[in-house]
Amino acid sequence: MWTRTNVLGLLAFVALEIAAPALPAWLVSLATIAFANALVVLGLVILWRAGLVPFGQALFYATGAYAVALLGRYTGIRDVFLLLAIAAVASGCVAFLVGFLLARYREIFFAMLSLALSMILYGVLVKTETLGSTDGFHVEAATFFGHTPQEGGRELAMFWLVVAISALAAFLVSLYFRTVAGALAVPVRDNEIRIEFLGLSVDRLIHFKLVLAGTLAGVGGALAAFSVGHVDPNMSYWTTSGGFVFVTILAGAGSVAAAFVASFLFELIRSIAVDILPGTWQIFLGSVLLLTILFLPEGLGSLATRFKRRGQAKAP
Amino acid sequence: MLLTAFAIFTDGLVYAAYLFVVAIGLTLIFGVMKILNVAHGSFYAFGAYGAAIAVGLYFNQGWPAAGGFLLMLLVAMVIGLVLGLIIERGLLRLVYGKDEIVVVLVTYAAFLILEDVIILLWGTNSYALYQPLVIGGNVEVSSLILSGYDIGLVVFAAALALLVTWALKRTRYGRLLTVVIFDRETAAAFGINVTVVYTVTFVLGAMLGALGGAVMAPKISVTLGIGVEVIVLAFAVVAIGGMGSIEGALVGALIVGLCRAAAVHLVPQLELFVIYVVMALVLVVRPYGLFTRAQPRKI
Amino acid sequence: MTTSTILSVRDLEKTFGSLVAARDITVSVPAEQTVGVIGANGAGKTTFINMITGHLKPSRGSIWFEDREITGMPSREITRLGISRSFQVAQIFPSLTVFENLCAAAAIARGSKGLLGQLTTPIRLPAAVAEANAALELFQIDHFRDTLASTLPQGVRKLLDIGMAVVGWPRLLLLDEPTSGISIEEKIDLMNVVMSALKSRKITVLFVEHDMEIVARFADRVLAFYDGTVIADGTPQETLGNPQVQELISGSRLAPGAVGSTAHA
Repeated sequence: MWTRTNVLGLLAFVALEIAAPALPAWLVSLATIAFANALVVLGLVILWRAGLVPFGQALFYATGAYAVALLGRYTGIRDVFLLLAIAAVASGCVAFLVGFLLARYREIFFAMLSLALSMILYGVLVKTETLGSTDGFHVEAATFFGHTPQEGGRELAMFWLVVAISALAAFLVSLYFRTVAGALAVPVRDNEIRIEFLGLSVDRLIHFKLVLAGTLAGVGGALAAFSVGHVDPNMSYWTTSGGFVFVTILAGAGSVAAAFVASFLFELIRSIAVDILPGTWQIFLGSVLLLTILFLPEGLGSLATRFKRRGQAKAP
Repeated sequence: MLLTAFAIFTDGLVYAAYLFVVAIGLTLIFGVMKILNVAHGSFYAFGAYGAAIAVGLYFNQGWPAAGGFLLMLLVAMVIGLVLGLIIERGLLRLVYGKDEIVVVLVTYAAFLILEDVIILLWGTNSYALYQPLVIGGNVEVSSLILSGYDIGLVVFAAALALLVTWALKRTRYGRLLTVVIFDRETAAAFGINVTVVYTVTFVLGAMLGALGGAVMAPKISVTLGIGVEVIVLAFAVVAIGGMGSIEGALVGALIVGLCRAAAVHLVPQLELFVIYVVMALVLVVRPYGLFTRAQPRKI
Repeated sequence: MTTSTILSVRDLEKTFGSLVAARDITVSVPAEQTVGVIGANGAGKTTFINMITGHLKPSRGSIWFEDREITGMPSREITRLGISRSFQVAQIFPSLTVFENLCAAAAIARGSKGLLGQLTTPIRLPAAVAEANAALELFQIDHFRDTLASTLPQGVRKLLDIGMAVVGWPRLLLLDEPTSGISIEEKIDLMNVVMSALKSRKITVLFVEHDMEIVARFADRVLAFYDGTVIADGTPQETLGNPQVQELISGSRLAPGAVGSTAHA
């Protein structure tokens, strides 16, 4: 449980928490969004290790986001922890239901069906007045243990929360990867038939991974909603899902930490690109994606692995 | 009541026509190369922009109408040729043989890049190509007014369907493509130059994608984001019909077109997502689409 | 049925529409016996095996494993009961090392059933690690321990495949053409390793083979399939010497070592 990686990771998260008040505001904002999105990416990593790339994680992202937004608007619930818990349960349930169907598919069809489901939500959101239609709506400020943080404090509180949750998620997912259910990722990709013949249902394994990924994405969406203060149907659009997949490729399927590092780098690069290349930042990002696929197909995580082990097999 | 049904029918047909033209290139590329080409949205967008600008210029000179329509086709073919070659030879060639998903992501990256290229080339303005609509005129059927251009579009799509089916079944090259769709390995074992087939197929698909954009240009406001919208619709059509099947693209387009028209007229709230519900339903019953054979697992 | 009968099938039949793939199969296998199964392709051997492992539901008849009826049980449950199989084309995890392959198989076998079990069983469960190490020794493939499975020579792949089926301590093992794809010189060595490993774990074996020398040498008993049914059932001498078997399956034979035979002695 307390491996070297885990300890280093924990230290990094703690360092971030402590350093936060000293960091410039724009960095704190950026990092908050980056880590919220990193949770979605973490879910994608879980699925990608098993050879599956859903093109519709935005479904769960938007579910989580809209869950907290709607609760804020139509009920008096303001406690951030309660709201996050509800968002997690909501997106987890959606993932559980959707999983019965989705877990039976693989490869392109898995990706496409996932896409279709996210677009269904998009359509519903756009066309429904009570859900805010195309404009979406504002997210009420959340309270932390009863307090509503004031202006400057709000960003910091959000940052602390996101980092804490990221640390928790990272820890839990690493634990998961060490169990039979979590370790059966590369083997699922390699040879499902063998796993079935060893007595396990691969569909059920994948169903669980979907629920995990969906819950993570939902929590990420909720955190993003708090952070940005606004939700809109675009959070369920396929380009949002595409963005998450993009970062997953950057991160690679090999490590939990890479999801956070890659997400942060992506947000950073994107901000800078939009700033200095206003008309061509998509060209820049697209090129980054291409170069990563061509020259670093295992993602950033593989760079770390290359230093650690040379010439050995990949861990399951 | 009957009028509504008729309106749904005609709207559905028109919508299906344009979806078919866009989807046929996508399904062809997937059938032959097993690539789900996200950049197809770019072919569509480039085709629309190209047509809107070139054909717009043409008509502004007051030249004969027939030439204008011909120019539409020509612009699409040139754009398809250029873009198709660039992407296939320049990019896809580097990732053949890799994971299906990896190739999809490469086309997605190309799509992102091309979206900005559009801005570089044509800015953020929208373009309108209205002359073909005017030339097409209107046809009155009881109290419904049908656009002549729309009717032309349906006829065009039908003709294209027939042409492509004939080409695949009767021409030597078409049969070659059918063989490669069926079983790439065996085709290669028989000496078919799969590399050339790939390039030709991709370029053809690109031309068809651009053609979809070109013929739609008069009906829409040609502006940023049209590629983004259309590509998911094309995916839905191809997923419903079966990847790689021309009949599937036709049937898929009809289903999607009619469903959407029905939604627009009867339950507008469903309009945006009824297509994806249909897609999900079809995939539940026929995971590989309506017109493909199930793939047996090979041990 | 005596308590030492581990597998018993009665009047087993399987039809696919109008095609009768297997019929009238009644066989009783005592524990720890090694049974060779021969027959041309399409004769019903694979159908027979698939019915035992639960991948095909018999159209008629019953299958009993250790006093318990397993006819029509789902394959996953049958695996859990103690019946395992290996494959003609080795089904391994190419991206993992040999050790990781075995450890994964062992962890799956040892972990409790159901999702909760899988979530709480570590993949490097000490018992699983021990099993994997034991299997490496048992099948004499220790020196391939850290080799990527995708780079293994064919013989080792087959041994790994069988090893993965064995780490769960099955009591009945079905081997589908264990020596297919192996060169003639290596077949006997491979079978020696496999059979001594299985015998040491007191596993009852049914193996499908096309190589009659292997069958003659390693089986206690031979079942001959033809046209969906068993046409001979006896010692290797009896079955292989059966004129019908010779005519339909194995071809006329000389005894191993006789003048003019090409068989290894």
